[in-house]
Amino acid sequence: MLKDITLGQYFPGDTIAHRLDPRTKLLLVVLYIVGLFCADSVLTYGVMIAAFLICARVSKVGARALVRGLKPVLLIILFTGILNLFFTPGDYLWQFGFLHISRQGIAMAVRMVLRIMLLIMGTFLLTYTTSPIRLTDGLERLLGGLKKIHVPVHELAMMMSIALRFIPTLIEETDKIMSAQKARGADFESGNLFHKAKALIPILVPLFISAFRRADELAVAMECRCYHGGEGRTKLNPLKYAARDYWTLVCGVVVTAGVIALGRFGF
Amino acid sequence: MSTILETENLQYLYPAVEEGEQATVALRGVDLKIEKGTFVVVLGHNGSGKSTLAKTFNAILLPAAGSVRVEGMDTTDEARLLDIRRKVGMVFQNPDNQIVSNVVEEDVAFAPENLGVPTAEIRRRVDTALGAVGMAEFAQHAPHLLSGGQKQRIAIAGVIAMEPDCIVLDEATAMLDPTGRQEVLSTAHRLNREKGITVVLITHHMNEAEDADRVVVMDNGKVAMDGTPQEIFTRVEELRNLGLTVPDTVDLLDRLRRDGLELPLDALTVDACADAVAAALR
Repeated sequence: MLKDITLGQYFPGDTIAHRLDPRTKLLLVVLYIVGLFCADSVLTYGVMIAAFLICARVSKVGARALVRGLKPVLLIILFTGILNLFFTPGDYLWQFGFLHISRQGIAMAVRMVLRIMLLIMGTFLLTYTTSPIRLTDGLERLLGGLKKIHVPVHELAMMMSIALRFIPTLIEETDKIMSAQKARGADFESGNLFHKAKALIPILVPLFISAFRRADELAVAMECRCYHGGEGRTKLNPLKYAARDYWTLVCGVVVTAGVIALGRFGF
Repeated sequence: MSTILETENLQYLYPAVEEGEQATVALRGVDLKIEKGTFVVVLGHNGSGKSTLAKTFNAILLPAAGSVRVEGMDTTDEARLLDIRRKVGMVFQNPDNQIVSNVVEEDVAFAPENLGVPTAEIRRRVDTALGAVGMAEFAQHAPHLLSGGQKQRIAIAGVIAMEPDCIVLDEATAMLDPTGRQEVLSTAHRLNREKGITVVLITHHMNEAEDADRVVVMDNGKVAMDGTPQEIFTRVEELRNLGLTVPDTVDLLDRLRRDGLELPLDALTVDACADAVAAALR
């Protein structure tokens, strides 16, 4: 059952969106988020939605996959929508007790819900089209400047990629431990939430112990392969900006700047 | 032939974990010289010190007394640490715990990346290493979807990419099924034969020692026996006293001899054993 979990979902493909440098895509997401938070009117939202739709189209990620990405945050979206709908003061259209719906409330609710949905789906486009390794590579290079102020950028990126590498291994191990416990009569399905949480303890203890042992062995194996930190490391597949990366970034900057300018001039 | 690994009165002890406990002495004076290009199997039962010995070969563990030299470099010399580790590659028991990346070729590239090898050269080494272990077609695969034997061959490729002179396999076959074990063994033999890489194979499977150039038997932190497989395995009684079983072929020959058949004891491989038995019965 745990095998169904996919983290950092990546759909391999060969579109322009897949071939773009991960740094470009990361920067694009930052621009996109800035644009989303600056968008305020029908026109600017329209621009952002159009930008999102173009990106989704280019990356050939199915609508279903994008909508599925919204599932975990469905509750937050509903909550935000309802709160804004009922509790925004303004020109009341309907009132019942302390609940009221105002014209401004409707506008606010629509805006907030759209913003969250676009935010989630947009960032999902990034993880759908970029493999975890390239993503961490991109992050390491983008944040490289922070090394000057002693932020351990390489170490953080290495930790992230090792964590990603061990997710399937640990999931497999969890499955094994659960089967072993079930074979000896452990019950993980019945009972209330408290009981279920308590039943997890006998799984977590061996899982943690083995994770520490793995970490120990991995550290020795890495040392044996001459790992000595990020200094002087080279890459098998170094990141390189291509012409398409510059053009994509220019487009991103133009769209975001456009949205900000439109907002300034009151559109 | 020149010596690649040399230990002199090598001693090592694991410090006590809790107060009041005694430190565990793992190695009590090991003198060993391993010649370049040979295939050496180190045998011993659990706790004989064979894995500890392996870990002193590339400065993962430093001697408490005595010394270990890799091509003349002392392993306590910190300035030469990377040189030593580059020359002596190490493969461990659990393949899952030594694979760093979730793409095969990226994992094989890990060591050359650490050594600061230029990109084009890394590409060449990765391709050569994957070819040498017969895993070239899996370059883009995710390691966790491979079989145990395949994972272990990836781990070997990751070590070969350093272009070492010596590979130490520390119980690298212990967790594998018979097919996987065979894959790893034949890979090690091929590397030894074709590339002249010195192989030190640590194991407790007697059968893996059949084709070795030399067998070293460890017991209680010391070298108990040292010689060619033929010399070692014919000393059946001694091996049994050390808590080791002899290979099935030797066991069979030994029993038939006790029953009065005229047989040699040093027919180690199955074929040689069958021939010997057939000849005796004729």
